[in-house]
Amino acid sequence: MRIFWILTKREIASAFQTPMAWVILFFLLLVSGFNFYAGVSVLNHGPTEVTVVESFFNTVFFWFSFLLLFPLLTMRLYSEEYRSGTIEPLMTAPVRDTQVVLAKFFGVLFLYAFLWMPTGLYFLIFWWQTHLTSAGATGAFVGSYLLLLLMGMFYLSLGCLCSSLTRHQITAAVMTFAVIALFFLTGLLSFLAGNVDTMMQGITITFSPIDQMTQFSRGIFDSRPVVWYLVMTGLCLFLTLQSFQARRWRS
Amino acid sequence: MISVQGLTKSYGATHAVRDLSFSVDRGEVIGFLGPNGAGKSTTMKILSGYLPADEGEVRIAGFDILSQSLKARSRIGYLPENVPLYPEMRVSEYLRYRAALKGVRSRRITEKVEDALELCSVSHVRKQLIGTLSKGYRQRVGLADALVNEPDILILDEPTIGLDPGQIREVRELIKGLAKRHTILLSSHILSEVEMTCSRVLIINKGRIVATGTPAELRERSGIPLSGSVRMEIQTANQKAAEAVLAILQSLEVIDFASIPEATPSAASGWTRYEIVPASSASLTRDPRPALFDEAVRRGWKLRELSAHESSLEEIFTTFVNRIPAAPEKKSATQEPFKS
Repeated sequence: MRIFWILTKREIASAFQTPMAWVILFFLLLVSGFNFYAGVSVLNHGPTEVTVVESFFNTVFFWFSFLLLFPLLTMRLYSEEYRSGTIEPLMTAPVRDTQVVLAKFFGVLFLYAFLWMPTGLYFLIFWWQTHLTSAGATGAFVGSYLLLLLMGMFYLSLGCLCSSLTRHQITAAVMTFAVIALFFLTGLLSFLAGNVDTMMQGITITFSPIDQMTQFSRGIFDSRPVVWYLVMTGLCLFLTLQSFQARRWRS
Repeated sequence: MISVQGLTKSYGATHAVRDLSFSVDRGEVIGFLGPNGAGKSTTMKILSGYLPADEGEVRIAGFDILSQSLKARSRIGYLPENVPLYPEMRVSEYLRYRAALKGVRSRRITEKVEDALELCSVSHVRKQLIGTLSKGYRQRVGLADALVNEPDILILDEPTIGLDPGQIREVRELIKGLAKRHTILLSSHILSEVEMTCSRVLIINKGRIVATGTPAELRERSGIPLSGSVRMEIQTANQKAAEAVLAILQSLEVIDFASIPEATPSAASGWTRYEIVPASSASLTRDPRPALFDEAVRRGWKLRELSAHESSLEEIFTTFVNRIPAAPEKKSATQEPFKS
């Protein structure tokens, strides 16, 4: 456990010691700030059916920055260590492979959560200033951020897996983006089906981040995505461990 | 401390290491010598637990490197080739992280890191980012990392590569100092370095051990007693006498010494120094000094110096490496022990 903390701390520290985390934070806040402003200004133009939470999490700005985040956050995790050779001192220290895989995952998960945290403040400030609690119910707020975390876990673990496969960061980023896009686009099939086919809807709700976010940001809780994301995260981390261990036989 | 049995490792079709067996006792300093691509780094990676071997067994302080990997690894300080470090970390920060990772207790970390910084003379760059350090300093930080938890065994892959002569000397001194407390296995392709620091040498080529022993033993077995020149100093009354001696020396049929003596007569002091240079070091197997001495006695020369340089490990190494597959050792009948 101690080793796990030491490794996690280094992962987090290294993200903030390089400009990487700050640059991502800057642009994420820029886009999401504009996104929030757009949502609020909708409210200023008369009555509307959507809450601020719903309008924040269901725009192209949100999805765009959300999807771009994962390749950027995860591409260096393993690839950088393979390429620079720092994997060698790391793995000749008395540490377990599992500890490294988990530390890298939780390190980047912390970073991911840290990046989204300021956006939560938007809503808190909004309610504090406007007292319009009805404009964004607590359930919707909590649900949205819970889904954000769950989706993050899955996509970050996918990114970990891709990074553990290659020593080239760019390859890892492209792979991560492609796989995530695949899941994302599979979810869009429900739009093609025209929302009538209930079986199709049942399938796509598990894949489709957009559908899930529409529900969660309205305060509707669905356990299917929760289970799906937790299981998939576990699976991806397991595969990451396998790929990480296989490096010994590959090199 | 280290025992290696039948180690074999291949990358695809190329055999990096074939059936390597050796053992290292506590307190020994072993030099691993071989040309580039001989399998030195591969062996060290296997010993440090980074790579698994295809076949064979490695025991570190009694622990199997595969099945008891963590215990074995905690007893090793490993300096990889090229010293990969995290460029974004500061020197002391990195060493603290490494010490903690290697299981040094929290309250002892500061002390151990200070010791390592001091020992490797990097304490004045402790606040510097590793990415901004020169090669020599990176090497020393790597060394400090290897010994920060005071492991029993140090495995150093090319510890002096890329350093300037001054730094090389410092690192060598450091290694000599460490030998008192640690068992050290170091690799190098610089032979003089191994000769200066190691108590035993393993010469490895194409994945096999071709020779092992102390530098002196290897020197004897290689059958090359000499490498450099033989120096003679003879009393000569004047320039003319010096030239006369030179003429005599040049006419001498000293065994295997098809060489031209060079003279630097100095009439002032009355002594003339003659450098007798061998024609080629490879053809040189016999010591010409007894013959030279006989000649001096017969002629009634007053002799002040008659000395030879010992062959360097360099030539010994070349003969061993070129002798593959290992031929039975040749012994020259008239070989004598040499002293310089």
